[in-house]
Amino acid sequence: MREVAIIGVGMNKWGELWDRSINDIFVEAALEAIDDSGVDHVDAMYIGCMSSGIFVGQEHIASLMPDYLGVGRIPSTRVESACASGGLAMKCGVLDVMSGNSDIVLVGGVEKMTDVSGDGATYALATAADQEFEVYQGVTFPGLYAMMARAHMHKFGTTREQLAQVAVKNHLNGSKNPLAQFPMKISIDTVVNSVMIADPLTIMDCSPITDGAAAAVICSLETAKKVAVKAPVKIIGVGHATDTIALHSREDLTTLNATADAGQRALKMANKSIKDIDLIEVHDCFTIAELIVLESLGFFKPGEAGAATLAGETAVDGTIPVNCSGGLKSKGHPVGATGIGQIVEITKQLRGDAGDRQVKNAKVGMTQNMGGSGGSSVVHIMEVI
Amino acid sequence: MAVPSYWRAIPQRYRYEASECVSCGKKFFPPRLICDSCQSREFKKIKLGREGKVLTYTIIRVAPSQFVDQAPYPIAIVELNDGVKVLMQIADCDPEAIEIGMPVRMEFRKVSTDGDAGIINYGYKAVPVKR
Repeated sequence: MREVAIIGVGMNKWGELWDRSINDIFVEAALEAIDDSGVDHVDAMYIGCMSSGIFVGQEHIASLMPDYLGVGRIPSTRVESACASGGLAMKCGVLDVMSGNSDIVLVGGVEKMTDVSGDGATYALATAADQEFEVYQGVTFPGLYAMMARAHMHKFGTTREQLAQVAVKNHLNGSKNPLAQFPMKISIDTVVNSVMIADPLTIMDCSPITDGAAAAVICSLETAKKVAVKAPVKIIGVGHATDTIALHSREDLTTLNATADAGQRALKMANKSIKDIDLIEVHDCFTIAELIVLESLGFFKPGEAGAATLAGETAVDGTIPVNCSGGLKSKGHPVGATGIGQIVEITKQLRGDAGDRQVKNAKVGMTQNMGGSGGSSVVHIMEVI
Repeated sequence: MAVPSYWRAIPQRYRYEASECVSCGKKFFPPRLICDSCQSREFKKIKLGREGKVLTYTIIRVAPSQFVDQAPYPIAIVELNDGVKVLMQIADCDPEAIEIGMPVRMEFRKVSTDGDAGIINYGYKAVPVKR
């Protein structure tokens, strides 16, 4: 198997991009990644996108995107695994290069969520849950994560303030990211006292609805050494797993098994232990998700991530910096693009290009991207060369 | 909601039909074609026991359009006494009074109304059981 490197990344400022179409935002990010990489062509494309059919009435973006990107009649594949679509597209691209089938691959993610109303977006997102036995009963995604939060609080004594601190920390990080959708700093009081969505989660525990795209150019390490303009970053671990789609089918509501398994698989492939990871971007679709993900991956023991977050261990200058980009909470969550947005951040961090939010001596980074209430999860490990 | 998809789930939503693996005894709601524990494909049809307890819950305050009239409403994951876990609304109680561990019973109720014609979707909800 060949070694694989990231040689270019691109991402536009995420937000409510009413004046631009899904093609515009994807092509913008993809061109930036191509320019950043130094390549003059790509051999194949993988695009993570959860639901362009519902959000903008457009399927077949595997054809649309290479067409508007002007890269010729290359093989192009759309990948869907709900909010983990981007991470899974990256896995597919890595395997394509690793196998020798393709040499230079553009991996992107895109979601255009604000062409529909808030209710329309809720409907589209809810398709990632079990339609017949969850959604039929009237549950929403905030509701599913709220039930995880309640179970976690009951079992471990996790507090309202600990949950809120996840949002406070991620907004502080996002305030240093010029591409973040909501770069304002907030306080624990703001989170606790904002509008209740699904008890105990308020609107400030939830990631937003976002338009956005992100892209990366990956290639064989051999090619990277010849063509890359900037320092290449190696992808040394890929892990992927699934779990029951319905939250109620799980044995334990306070752990995320797909994330635990994906993390173990990625670490094994990379021949690393969790202690070797210098920083991580995790899927904080809701504040509780960041805590359970960190515990499931093994950064903290079950029930201890909340106290660690409140103690500053997950801050940019903490023992394990988490979501230096601002995470889904502040940077935004254009669902299909989120997994690639995480890859963009870790690439910038490992290159030393992360500006005011730069983690010192970052050598090995991890991303964790998750679908639904944890029914799918993809983990990547990246290392400076 | 499409008529065929509504009809398909009537045995579960109206009659709480589940299945039990003949080989290892694991119970499934809704029924499945293969057991995820022992890979057996032989099942017998059973009816879920209706009594159970609240494992976790929330109160939905921002609801999908067909549930807006009901908001705020509590939703829970209920563990039935036979071990099966089911997600359902909790009715007939003060949402603020719900606790983890609270005993409940499944009842046949109206779940939502659908589309402009307001067609009623039926199913199960949990109601508190007096200790």
